[in-house]
Amino acid sequence: MATKRTLFLGDEALAQGALDAGISGVYAYPGTPSTEIMEYVQQAPEAAARGVHRLWSANEKTALEEALGMSYAGKRALCCMKHVGLNVAADAFMNAAVTGVNGGLVVVAADDPSMHSSQNEQDSRFYGKFAAVPVFEPASQQEAYDMMRQAFEFSEQLRLPVLLRITTRLAHSRADVTASAPRSENPLNVSTSTRQWVLLPGHARHNWASLMARLPDITRQADALPWNRFIPGPDRSLGIIAAGLAFNYLNECFPDGCPHPVLKISQYPLSPDRIGALQAACDAILVLEDGAPFIEEQLTGLFPKPVMRIRGRLDGTLPRTGELTPENVAAALGRSRPEGPAVPALMTPRPPALCRGCPHCDSYAFLKEALAGFPASRVFSDIGCYTLGALPPYEAIHSCVDMGASITMAKGAADAGVSPSVAVIGDSTFTHSGLTGLLDAVAEKTPMTLLILDNEITGMTGGQESLALGRLEALCLGIGVDPTHLRVLLPLARHHAENVGIVREELEWPGVSVVIARRACIQIKKKG
Amino acid sequence: MNYDMIIAGVGGQGILSIATLLGRAALDLNLHLKQSEVHGMAQRGGAVLAHLRLSDKPIHSDLVPRGGAAMILAMEPLEALRYLPWLEPAGGWLVSNAEPVRNIEPYPELEALFAEIRRQAHPFLFNAEKMARDLGAPRAVNMAMLGAASSFIPLPAESLEAAITAQFTRKGEAVVASNLAVFRAGRQATEALSQPRP
Repeated sequence: MATKRTLFLGDEALAQGALDAGISGVYAYPGTPSTEIMEYVQQAPEAAARGVHRLWSANEKTALEEALGMSYAGKRALCCMKHVGLNVAADAFMNAAVTGVNGGLVVVAADDPSMHSSQNEQDSRFYGKFAAVPVFEPASQQEAYDMMRQAFEFSEQLRLPVLLRITTRLAHSRADVTASAPRSENPLNVSTSTRQWVLLPGHARHNWASLMARLPDITRQADALPWNRFIPGPDRSLGIIAAGLAFNYLNECFPDGCPHPVLKISQYPLSPDRIGALQAACDAILVLEDGAPFIEEQLTGLFPKPVMRIRGRLDGTLPRTGELTPENVAAALGRSRPEGPAVPALMTPRPPALCRGCPHCDSYAFLKEALAGFPASRVFSDIGCYTLGALPPYEAIHSCVDMGASITMAKGAADAGVSPSVAVIGDSTFTHSGLTGLLDAVAEKTPMTLLILDNEITGMTGGQESLALGRLEALCLGIGVDPTHLRVLLPLARHHAENVGIVREELEWPGVSVVIARRACIQIKKKG
Repeated sequence: MNYDMIIAGVGGQGILSIATLLGRAALDLNLHLKQSEVHGMAQRGGAVLAHLRLSDKPIHSDLVPRGGAAMILAMEPLEALRYLPWLEPAGGWLVSNAEPVRNIEPYPELEALFAEIRRQAHPFLFNAEKMARDLGAPRAVNMAMLGAASSFIPLPAESLEAAITAQFTRKGEAVVASNLAVFRAGRQATEALSQPRP
């Protein structure tokens, strides 16, 4: 057994791997299950000693562009986000594949199959294929550490960004990890190539064609790294492809070794040679992958008669949605074991709820009362703790779609004639993606009311600094909100009647109103 | 050696602090471990659980398979029953705190919950809040739980005590001593039960 071992969450193993790979900066916006990567770096003594950049960015797009700027200057940068954050950063991500990089650039996308803390379960491997960049998918915390280090080497070797994909269960599971000797940071080495970085169509066409021409070689190089491997097995009636974390569930089913040939996949693009070798050796293939049937669909294609039987999520061997579990993988392999006692009938769900004393409770109380006389009103909400206002006893909101969509949906609904049209957004979500939507509304004098629940922190993800802190009024006024319709309230029960009155006034104003309900998150107060 | 367990509770009860102490002890003993946690939205007062796996060999899955847990350690009686399918059908222990967290409406009848817990093959139900309070350390509820669980977990008590000491040293000797006292009381409550393990 190794000597110097540390217990790391998958997220922390990635963070330590990046520090030891000599990064000069981390750029991120908090989002479960990726938040702990940045938090680890923020607490790491060596990051402070080296002056590694480690402050939160306004959103995932600004984070990725900032990381790309650091790469342009020759240094290594890490950028982390949850899967839906990559949608926000997609413009930067897709085009960073066309510019390529100078210093190593690794983008971590933490996917959340089964939607433990998310609104969808999109699979980030599609983004890797979309942009034509290599994707790394570690199976364990040790691989998370080792592959992060290799991802930076590979990024500089190929001069391309590398996407590193993990899923919730690895991000939030702790295991012993052995670290290796740290590498020093890159010196400043600013790029001088305008053809690489100025994506005029003439340059971009050249860069893209060159990336496409290199793709077969990139695939070969990715597959030559030690992470994809073939493990022979005597029973060739079935070959198994196990991607990322799926490899663990497979091994869990066969403590004495899997009898079938297994192809462990932790690297993309998929190598046709590897897949072909498995195909030639086996009668059928079972694909185990966490998330979408990404590999499986590439194998089956659209031919009505595939070359061989492919089993997985598409043929019902595994559920079409939701994360892999030890149980559904065991069932797919006919290795189910007896379960413990059934859950008794008196069991009731215990969903998450707003904390006792949470300022959002008082805000929803005055909002509901203010809206009582307006049966046609609609409240468009957003991503954060306050989404829990959809549940009893509040049942105060009618939508939650994506970061910032409260303001823009309220505007669209107001355009369509909904009145009063109300948007409810948190302070951090507002600076993430609310500003531009508010600008649309101000420019058109849209009759809508925006309630900003300012708890002076990013609450849902555990209390990260909000870039809105101390800036909210100035931001709203700067965008052009009428100062007489920018109101600031203290959401406390003793101000309830007064707050109801103020919100009613603003609901009746036929233009853009912004009401800021400001009181610090109770969890953060506790932490002190 | 393999030991798989589930730690169950309500967001905010600090189940991760128990898992962390077990993890620290396991690491000192040069064991492998995997510990899967719940972060994010569920931590806001929802049902939360941690999977903890200890072994002298490398561990594959981060999650304990259903039917594989040698113990469910529950910080709360309703949560004790939520993950029963994970318990080893024959020999698994259900160790539960009796003190309810009533943040849902309606909360089931407490006596009915106790009856369900006692109906299991190997239950141990006790009031950890009271145990900690009686020893003058009302904040050390998790130590009572860890102590009660420790009789069944194949880690030496000294290793767990060393982990507790290391964890609280920063807060001074008195805090270390009171946490150790509650841990020992919890352990004493189950020591006799752990002997004739079926």
